[in-house]
Amino acid sequence: MRLAEAWRVALEALRANRLRSLLTMLGVVIGVAAVVALVGIGTGTKQQIEQQVEGLGSNLLIVVPGRLEAGAAPTSSPLTLDDVDAVSRIVGDPSRVAVTISSGETVRAGRNTGFASMQGVLETTPDVFVRRLDRGTYLTRTDVSTGRRVAVLGAGLAGTLFGERDPIGRQITIGGVRFRVIGTFEQLGQSLGVDRDGEVHVPVTAAQRLLGTERIDGLAIRAPDRERIGALSSAVVAALADRHPDTDFSAVTQEQILGVLGDILGVLTGVLAAIAGISLLVGGVGVSNIMLVSVRERTREIGLRKAVGARPRDIGVQFLLEAVLLTTTGGVLGMLLGGSAAILVDRLSPVPAALTWWSMALAFGVSAVVGIVFGVVPAQRAGRLDPVVALRTE
Amino acid sequence: MTAPAIVATDVTRTYELDGLSVPALRGVSLTVAAGDYVAIVGASGSGKSTLMHLLGGLDRPTGGTLLIGGQDVSRLSPTEMAHLRNTTIGFVFQSFHLLSRTTAQDNVGLPLVYRGAGRRERRARAAAMLDRVGLAHRMTHRPNQMSGGEQQRVAIARALVTGPSVLLADEPTGNLDSTTGQAVLALLESLNADGVAVVLVTHDREVAARAHRQIVMRDGLIA
Repeated sequence: MRLAEAWRVALEALRANRLRSLLTMLGVVIGVAAVVALVGIGTGTKQQIEQQVEGLGSNLLIVVPGRLEAGAAPTSSPLTLDDVDAVSRIVGDPSRVAVTISSGETVRAGRNTGFASMQGVLETTPDVFVRRLDRGTYLTRTDVSTGRRVAVLGAGLAGTLFGERDPIGRQITIGGVRFRVIGTFEQLGQSLGVDRDGEVHVPVTAAQRLLGTERIDGLAIRAPDRERIGALSSAVVAALADRHPDTDFSAVTQEQILGVLGDILGVLTGVLAAIAGISLLVGGVGVSNIMLVSVRERTREIGLRKAVGARPRDIGVQFLLEAVLLTTTGGVLGMLLGGSAAILVDRLSPVPAALTWWSMALAFGVSAVVGIVFGVVPAQRAGRLDPVVALRTE
Repeated sequence: MTAPAIVATDVTRTYELDGLSVPALRGVSLTVAAGDYVAIVGASGSGKSTLMHLLGGLDRPTGGTLLIGGQDVSRLSPTEMAHLRNTTIGFVFQSFHLLSRTTAQDNVGLPLVYRGAGRRERRARAAAMLDRVGLAHRMTHRPNQMSGGEQQRVAIARALVTGPSVLLADEPTGNLDSTTGQAVLALLESLNADGVAVVLVTHDREVAARAHRQIVMRDGLIA
C-alpha cells in the first residue's frame, strides 16, 4: 500500500468520528501546551536573570569573606578600606575597584518616609557596575575622602520621597542623619528578586561613620579583560588571606554566578517540563485506549481488507498512522495554544516568557513519539487479527 | 489443459478450543479446475465454511496439502498469503462487506490499494468493472444509497477487479430476495462463461443445482 493512501485512510477514519477524535486529541493538546508554556516561562526567567547579571558590568570579580559553599556559616567581614588600597595596588588601577557596606535604613524627606537599602560606596561604582544617572551627579573622590553627607537615590526611592518634584539639592535623613541629594539613578527594576530602585548610595566613609564601623562588606573588581580574571582572582584572594590569616576569602565571577543560577533554573525548568510531560503521557494513554476501541469497532473492516489482500503490515501502518495523526495534530494545536499562553503571560504579567524553537520542536517530536509508542500496541493487534474471525464479527 | 486453480489433498482442519480438539474438516480432497463452476452444499456445521476459508487462503489446513494457484499454502507467510489472496482469489460474501463511508467506485478499487496502484488507475479499473456488472450509473453512490442486489453486484465487481482465477462466493444470494438472487447468480454465471472459476457455498439446493457439479459436505467430509 502506498503511504499517501495510508494517510488518506487514517484521516478518513478520524473524520468519521470527529468528536471522539477531538476529545482524544485534547489530552495531547493540553500536555503539549503545558510543556511549551512552562518551558517558555522557565526560559524567559533564565534569560532575564542572565541579562541582569550581565547588566552588572562585564569581567566582574566579586570578592567576599567566607566560603561560597552550601552550608558554610556566614562570616563577618574583617575587611577595611586599607585592604581596598592593597587590592587596588594589585589591580594597578583604583578606578577598577568598588566596595560596599550595606544596611537597611529608614529614609525621610519632609513628611515622606521610605525604607531603603543604604549602600556605602566609592566614587568608582558607576565605572565598575553599570549604573546610569537620571539627574544630577554621582559621588566624587572628595565626597568619599571627606565623608561628605551626600546621597544618590534610586528611582523608586526618589518617587516615594519626592513624587514628581525634583529631589536634587533637597535634604533627606538616613537613619536620622541629614544627607543632601545630589543625583538620582535611572530606573532599573528588579534584579534577582531585589528591588534595586530602592537603593541609596552614599560615600563609604559616611556610611561607616553612620554605622559606627571601620569595616566593609566586600569588594568588586572590574578586570581589564577576560583572560586576566583568573590570575587577578587568585592574587587578590592570596593577598587578603595574607592580611587576615583567620578568614577565608572567596572570589566569584559573573560566569560562575550565571553557571550556578543557570543550573538551578535549568533544573526548575526541567521539573516543570517533566510535570507537564506527565499530562502528555496521560494524553498518550487516552490515545492508546481510543485506538483499541477503534480496532475493535472496525474488526469487520480489517477482516475485509485482509481478505482482499491487505498484509498485516498494511493494517498495522494504517492504525499507527491514525494514532500519529491524532497526536501530531494535537501537538501542533498544543504548540499554538502553549505558545499563545506564554506570549500572553509575558505581555500581561510580570513573569517573563520566551519561546524557543527547540521547545516547540521537542514538543512536536514528543507528540509524534507518543503517537508511535501508544499506537503500536493497537496497531499490532489489528495487524495480527485472524481474517476468518474478523470477517465473522458482527 | 490449464493447471487447476485449487488442489486440496486430504485436507484437515482442527480447531483448538479450551484445550479441546474440534475437527471441522476430516480429510477433504478436491480440485477446482480453471473455469470450473462448483457448488459446495451442506447443513450448517458440516464444514463448508471452513472449507471455503481454506480454499480462499484466509486460513491454513492443519493437515494434508493445499495448493492455490500452484502454491503450497503451508509454506507461505501471512504476507505471502495476503499477496496470494490479492492476486488469485475474489471473495463475495453473504453480507456484502462493503465499506459504508466509501463510494461504490472506491469500494471496488480497494483490492488495488494493496498492490500499490495509484488512485487514478484504481478509479479507471473500478469504473470498467462497475460497468461490467451493470452499475455504471452508481459510481459515486455509497452502500446505504443502493439496494441489496446492487450492493452485491458492487461486491462482485470488487472481487473481479484484480483479475482473479477463482471467485469464492459464500451464500451470495442469502440476503437477497429471489428475483435479485437470480440476477446475481446470472451475473456470476456470465463471469464463469468468461473463464473465471466460481465456487459457490450455499445451503440452497436450487442455487446449487445450477452449478456444473455439486460437492455435498457432511460432518467434515465430502459425502
